[in-house]
Amino acid sequence: MPEFLRANRREAIAVAVLLFLLTVYLSTHPRGMSTYVMTIWANQCLILALAAAAQFFAVIVRGIDLSVGAVMALTNTIASHVMGGEGISLLGGAALVLAAGVACGLLNGALVVFARIQPIVVTLATASIFVGLALILRPTPGGVINYDLADAMTLDVLGIPTALLITAAVIGLFWIPLRRTGLGLGLYAIGSSEQAAFQSGIQVPLVRMISFGLGGLFAGLAGLYFSFVTTTGDAGIAANFTLNSIAAVVLGGVALRGGVGSLIGAIAGAFILKTIGALMFFSGLPPLAQPFVEGLVLAAAIAIGGADVLRVRNRLEVFAR
Amino acid sequence: MATSPSPIVRLEGVTKRYGATVALDGVNFDCNAGEIHAVLGENGAGKSTLMKIIAGVIQPTEGVVHVDGEPVALRSPREAVSRGLVCMFQELSLIPDLTVRENLMLGAPGTGLGRLSGRTLTVACDLLARIDGGHIPMRARLADLSLAERQQVEIAKALAREPRLLILDEATSALNASVVEKVFTVIREESARGIGVLFISHRFHEIEALADRVSVFRNGRHVETFDNGAYDYPAIINKMVGQKIDDLFPAKPEAKPDAEVVLRLDGFGWEDGLKDVSITLRKGCITGLGGLDGQGQARVLQGLFGLLRKTEGDIVLDGREIQIASPKDAKRPDISIALVPEDRKTEALVLQQSIAANMQLAALGVDGVPASDPVLYRPYIDALQLKYASLDQPVGQLSGGNQQKVALTKWLALKPRCLLLADPTRGIDVKTKTQIYELLRRLADEGTAILLLSTDYEEFIHLCDETHIFYDGRVVRHLQGDAVTAENILAATLNLPAQGGTHA
Repeated sequence: MPEFLRANRREAIAVAVLLFLLTVYLSTHPRGMSTYVMTIWANQCLILALAAAAQFFAVIVRGIDLSVGAVMALTNTIASHVMGGEGISLLGGAALVLAAGVACGLLNGALVVFARIQPIVVTLATASIFVGLALILRPTPGGVINYDLADAMTLDVLGIPTALLITAAVIGLFWIPLRRTGLGLGLYAIGSSEQAAFQSGIQVPLVRMISFGLGGLFAGLAGLYFSFVTTTGDAGIAANFTLNSIAAVVLGGVALRGGVGSLIGAIAGAFILKTIGALMFFSGLPPLAQPFVEGLVLAAAIAIGGADVLRVRNRLEVFAR
Repeated sequence: MATSPSPIVRLEGVTKRYGATVALDGVNFDCNAGEIHAVLGENGAGKSTLMKIIAGVIQPTEGVVHVDGEPVALRSPREAVSRGLVCMFQELSLIPDLTVRENLMLGAPGTGLGRLSGRTLTVACDLLARIDGGHIPMRARLADLSLAERQQVEIAKALAREPRLLILDEATSALNASVVEKVFTVIREESARGIGVLFISHRFHEIEALADRVSVFRNGRHVETFDNGAYDYPAIINKMVGQKIDDLFPAKPEAKPDAEVVLRLDGFGWEDGLKDVSITLRKGCITGLGGLDGQGQARVLQGLFGLLRKTEGDIVLDGREIQIASPKDAKRPDISIALVPEDRKTEALVLQQSIAANMQLAALGVDGVPASDPVLYRPYIDALQLKYASLDQPVGQLSGGNQQKVALTKWLALKPRCLLLADPTRGIDVKTKTQIYELLRRLADEGTAILLLSTDYEEFIHLCDETHIFYDGRVVRHLQGDAVTAENILAATLNLPAQGGTHA
């Protein structure tokens, strides 16, 4: 279906690049393709993929979220306090962790929608607040997560890494149905042309609030999954994940100007970014050179995405982009 | 016609002000079920403001809107749609990054934030096929469609909402005759079912073919509503034109058809928006560029100022062919072209910066011009009587008219040989207008060649030595001397035959 590929070419490119990198990774890995190697890889990828999903919901409505990592840090430290128990208490704990994530997202959303402050400013400020709270909860890394639950979430089911099943569930049970609702359409409409969305009768403030709420939910999920992988609480993870989540959505073909891209692309971008990191770990590149190479790959990917500026024939339109 | 006595929408004393500007002034207006009601008026007559109020996009400053006889407050397009008032907007209410299918479903009645229903889509697809849009792929991204295809999608989207009153704001401007015919057929079927249609068009033949009643607007006021056919074209044009003001303008000198040629455009073109335009600018002459919005006249200014890439045709300055690749080229002393752009808040000025800093921006980097010397700007500040507290005051604090004076001063300090102006008096008070007109005439007398794009035909009549009227990217009429009359200008902008004028 060429029309389908054309319409989704950004995602198609991202998925193709990912498959290529994964093949290279598995063929150069000293232990080759095994459930163990795949599981470790998928776990690392999923943490960033959930963070990228959080970033996606901010970017798609023409915003940016600098508090993704901070919400992860906060929810991770909360999890390290409430997820050490057994049985039913774990369910309540998880609910509390995710509720905290949603609350953070809604706070960001309220400041953007009702106080009319730019998202970048709002989230820069709230990021400090969230990290501050995380530090109060966990001044030093520590705490404990229920090992059985952590194992269940981070190992494999019949040889398939659980992380990949979760990824599939997010796409298949959440994203694809969402895309077929008025809410899903509204997200894109607002990011692409807020005025046209308003004139089409979309409730712009409501949809934007929901978008930030979903961003918070995914940042909470990322923090929770990070807890399962590390089985500890650490308030110092924020900055790294925020920057990587932005890099991931851009790599996955989500336009920072909003309205273009998909959650699948954002997730693929996260997987690509982590796979490049993993590749370099085994590539024999000196560790100090790795950020340099990662940066080059990222810059190249963004440059390809912006190449159509060269075709603009009215110079004024360049500034409108 | 099946005109029911009770109007769907009735406006009573509706006024809309934007700051000091009055867009609509005490308008009484109604549209009945089952009628096709055309709204006529020039640019800025208040037509679009009227449509936006009925569609709930903006709220009136004063006055009441009645729907089905009840006074209502339409606070958003969503509320208007829920009452059956659906508008197809001139500036396209479609989302460029979504597919055709998604655009048709966006905001459709009955689809809130939940699951989208396929029913709306079926209706919309059927409508799209009926207006010759059956070939448009549902999965295509809207931004990849042509303007005409986008208008078809938009018409289908509006019709699919099962409106009781359908508002079409220049809905068919990009469609060719056979598609327009089909749109008309569908609209006629709709109105026969008791649906009111309110539409703006600048094409007289469309109005003649379609409308039951016609309302004319001028300067924000409702002039008259009459049955279609009650007046002929010239009478309608007279109603649109209204009264004249003469003392606004400085005395117009004798025409100088033999003055030295400063700049000549020969077969100038760019993409689809501009085709084979030839214009001659003479020393001391003010040349007007007119037409409806977006007919290509603005592109001429942009092309001459180095903003367009890959233009066709030649630019000949002082007898030698030149290339202008960028604004920096244009202001070089050996070319010396200046452009005062249309949107002064975004393109002409840096609002947060001081008057002094803004005035220096154009002169900076030009050889032999001491940009930071205030003496450079003084003559123009005095001539225009710029009102300011201090030159260090941010430009954003000035009134619109005074901002325009700063934008003019900034370029005039370079003493350009050729001055391009994009509607310099739009939205400006009468006094400032007079000052600008006087300065322009004085500059012309001193030898500057001036190219004036305007939406105010009075400027063509009283200020310009000659005028080119654009339609669909071409010059359709070149008016000079006695042929420059309001009637001829308006007829030319609508691409109607001249009433005794000279053809291009």
